[in-house]
Amino acid sequence: MTLLGKLSWSAIPFDQPIVMGATAMMVLVIAFVLGWVTIKGYVPYLWREWITSVDHKRIGVMYIILALIMLLRGFADAIMMRAQQAIAVGGAQGYLPPEHFDQIFSAHGTIMIFFMAMPFVIGLMNFVVPLQLGVRDMAFPTLNSVALGLTASGILLTNISLAVGEFAKAGWVAYPPLSELQFSPGVGVDYYLWALQISGVGTLMTGINFVATILKTRAPGMSYMRMPVFCWTALASNLLIVAAFPVLTATFAMLLLDRYLGFHFFTIDGQGNAMMYVNLFWVWGHPEVYILILPAFGVFSEVVSTFSGKPLFGYRSMVAATMVICVLSFVVWLHHFFTMGASANVNGFFGIMTMIIAVPTGVKVFNWLFTMYGGRIRFTVPILWSLGFMVTFVIGGMTGVLMAVPPADFQLHNSLFLVAHFHNVIIGGVVFGVLAGYNYWFPKAFGFKLDERWGVASFWCWLIGFYLAFMPLYVLGLMGMTRRMQHYDVVSWQPWLLAAAAGVAVILAGIVCQVIQLVVSVRNRELLRVTADPWNGRTLEWTTASPPPAWNFAALPQVADVDAYWLKKQRALARQVQSPQEREYTPIEIPKNSATGFVTAFFAVITGFALIWHIWWMAGLGVLGIFLTILAFAFREEEEVKIPVEEIAEFDRTHQAEVAV
Amino acid sequence: MNVNVALIDDVSPETRPIASEAGPAPKRVVVAYGFWIFLLSDIVMFAALFAAYAVLAHATAGGPSGARLFNQVSVAIETACLLASSYTCGLMSLAVGSQRRFRTYLAAAATFVLGAAFLTLELREFAGMIAVGAIPQRSAFLSAFFTLVGCHGLHVTVGLIWLAVMMLQIAVKGFRATVERRLLCFSLFWHALDIIWVWLFTVVYLMGGLS
Repeated sequence: MTLLGKLSWSAIPFDQPIVMGATAMMVLVIAFVLGWVTIKGYVPYLWREWITSVDHKRIGVMYIILALIMLLRGFADAIMMRAQQAIAVGGAQGYLPPEHFDQIFSAHGTIMIFFMAMPFVIGLMNFVVPLQLGVRDMAFPTLNSVALGLTASGILLTNISLAVGEFAKAGWVAYPPLSELQFSPGVGVDYYLWALQISGVGTLMTGINFVATILKTRAPGMSYMRMPVFCWTALASNLLIVAAFPVLTATFAMLLLDRYLGFHFFTIDGQGNAMMYVNLFWVWGHPEVYILILPAFGVFSEVVSTFSGKPLFGYRSMVAATMVICVLSFVVWLHHFFTMGASANVNGFFGIMTMIIAVPTGVKVFNWLFTMYGGRIRFTVPILWSLGFMVTFVIGGMTGVLMAVPPADFQLHNSLFLVAHFHNVIIGGVVFGVLAGYNYWFPKAFGFKLDERWGVASFWCWLIGFYLAFMPLYVLGLMGMTRRMQHYDVVSWQPWLLAAAAGVAVILAGIVCQVIQLVVSVRNRELLRVTADPWNGRTLEWTTASPPPAWNFAALPQVADVDAYWLKKQRALARQVQSPQEREYTPIEIPKNSATGFVTAFFAVITGFALIWHIWWMAGLGVLGIFLTILAFAFREEEEVKIPVEEIAEFDRTHQAEVAV
Repeated sequence: MNVNVALIDDVSPETRPIASEAGPAPKRVVVAYGFWIFLLSDIVMFAALFAAYAVLAHATAGGPSGARLFNQVSVAIETACLLASSYTCGLMSLAVGSQRRFRTYLAAAATFVLGAAFLTLELREFAGMIAVGAIPQRSAFLSAFFTLVGCHGLHVTVGLIWLAVMMLQIAVKGFRATVERRLLCFSLFWHALDIIWVWLFTVVYLMGGLS
C-alpha cells in the first residue's frame, strides 16, 4: 500500500455518473486521436516535425491548439455552473452536489486563466514576435520547447484530476486557511498546486526567453521606437511574467510546505498569517491580468491599423501607455481585498492607483478610435472582434473603476457584480483579442484564410451571448447574490440566472461556429489559399512566405521605420519597380530539433503525479529523470543544422510570385 | 558641442553606429543577458520569501526567537566561506578566459570546497536548532526562517552540482564556446547567491540577533 502512497482504487469516483461520464469521454477522445494518428502512420511525422520541433512557429501553433482544447474544457464547466444555478432555487437542489460544484468553479477559473488564456497569448507571441522582429528564432529555442512541455504537463495533471482523485474545491485562488490540510485534506489542492508550479516554471522560461529575444535580437535597423506595437506589448507582458511569476512560485511553495511538512506560513495555529497569502497571491495576480491583456491590446493595435489602412495613431503614446500600465500593475493589488480591513489610507492609496491605471488604458482606446477615423475600414473578422472589444471592454473597465472606490467595493466584494466585471474585461478583452489574432495570423501560419462567413457568425454569437450571459450578473450582484453559490433561496434571482444560462447557450453556438469555421476552412483550403501578404499588412511577418520557411527570412530585413513592410511597399510603388532582385545566398544555421522538451515534460508529469499522491520513490525517479535529460542536452554534440544555399534559393524561387515586394 | 552635432548629422543613418539598430546581438551576449533576466526573477522569488520572513519574524508562537537561536560566530565563518568562494570563482573565470585547464580545475575545486563548507556549517546550524526543538513546525517564524535560509542553501547545492558538471564538460569537451558561455552563467549565478546571502545575513542574522 505504501508503495503507491495515498493512491488506491477508491481514488477513482466510480459512484459519480457525471464525473465518470466525462472521464469516459475524455479517455475515448484521447484514445481515438492516438489510435487514428497511429493507424494513419502520422507518428513519425508528428515526432519529427512537431513534438521535437524547436521552431517558434510550430511551438506557437501547439500552444494555441492546447488553448483551444482547454477552452472547450473550461467552457463545459461554465455550462454546468450556469445550468446548476438556473435550477437550484428554493427546494430544488439542482443536479450537482456541493462538493462537485465547488470543484467545477475551481477548475473553471484555473483552466481558463492558466491553461486557456495564458497558452493562447503565449502561442500568439511565439508565432508572431520573431517574425515581426525580422529574426529567425527565439533567443533560446530549446528552452522554448521545454516551456511548452511544462505547460502541457500542468494541463495534463489538471485533467488527470478529473479521473483520479479530485480537483481543488477552494476556488481558483485557493485561499488559506480553506486550502490548508486541516480543511482540504484531499488531493484536490495538491493537484492545483503542482499543476500550477510545473506550468509556472514553463511560463517563467517563456518570459525570460521573450525578454531576451525582444531586447537583444532584432533585425538590423529596428530600434526600440521602430518595433511593432505587438512586440512592445509582448515585451511589457513578459517583463511582468519575469517579475510576477516568481512570487506565485514562492507563495505556492509556502502553501505546499504548510500542507506537506506542517509549516505555519498561513495556518491558523503557530501564528501563521493567512492574509499574507492573499497579499502575495495578488502581487502576482494583478500583474497577471495585464500579462494577459497587454498582448491582446497589441493584437488590436495591429488589426486596427492594418484594416484601416493607416499607421497607428499615436504610436509613441501607445508605447508609453503600455509601459506605464506595466509599472502601475504592481501597485494596485490590494483592490482585490479592500475588505481585508487595512486602514482607510491604505485602501485609499490602492483605490486611487486603480483609478489612475485606467488612464493609460483610456489613452489606448482613443488611439484605436483615432486610427480608424478617416480610414478605409475593411470589415473583416479580426476588425469585428476589435470593434466588439472596444465597446465591451470600455463597459468592463468602467465597472472596474466603480469597484476601485473602497466603500462601493465593500458592497460589491465577492458578489456576482465582480464576476460580471472580470468576465467583461477578460472575455471582452483577452478572448476577443486572441480570437482576433487567431483569425488575423492564421493565413500566415497555414497559407490559407479562415472562412469569413462562419467567422462572422461566431463573432455575433459570442458578442450577443456575452451580453446575455453577463449583464444579468451585474444586476444579480446589485441584488446581493454572492459568487460560487451551489444553491439559493431568493426566488427573484432566478429569471436573471435563466437569462444568463440562455446567454451561455448563445456563446456555445459561437464556439460551435468556430469549430465549423476551422473544419470548413481546412476542407476548402485550396479556395482560401493566400500569398505572403493577404491583408495588405504593414509589419515584417507579411514579407515572408505563408507559411514561412523554417529559417523565416533568407536574409535579415533592413528596417528603416515603424511599419517596415508598408514603407517598403510605398517605396516600391513610387519607384515602379517590381524587380525580383538577384540575391546572394549564404547557408543558414538553425537550431537542431530536440526531444528535451518532451522528455522533460514526461518526467515532470511523473514527478507531479507522484508528489500529489505521496509516492516518494516515484517523485525521486522523476526528478532524476529531469536531471539526466538536462545532462544529456548539455552533452549533445551537434546543436545546429546548416541549411544549404540551394535549399534556400529553391524555396525563394518557388515562392517568388507570392512575395510582392 | 556644435561641432559634434554637425558631425553626427553628416554621417548617413546607415553608418551611424546605434546599438539598438545593430541587429541581433552575438550569442554570448544573448545568453548572458537571458541569464541575467533569470537571476532577476530568482531575486524576485527571494524577495517574496524575505517579505514572508519580515511579516512572520516576530510570530514565534511562544517558541524561541532568533536572538536566542542564532550563533553569530558560526554564521560569520559561513559568510567568510561564501565570500571567499566568490573570489575563487572569479579566479576561475580568469582561468577560463585564458583557457588554462589546470588553473580552472584548481579554482573550481577551491570554490567547490568553500561552498561545501558553507553548506556543512549551515546544516550543522539547522541540526543544532532542531536538536533543541526549534523545528520549522514550531512556529510561523521558524517556518519562514528555515524556508528562506534553506532556499538559499538549496541554490548553493544546485550550484555545486552545476560546477561539478561543468568541470566534467571541460574534461570531455574542452573550452568550446558553449562550455564557456555556461561557465559565464555559472559565475553570474554564484555571485548572485553572494548578493542574496549578504541580504540574508543582514536581515535574518544581524537584525534578528539584535532584537
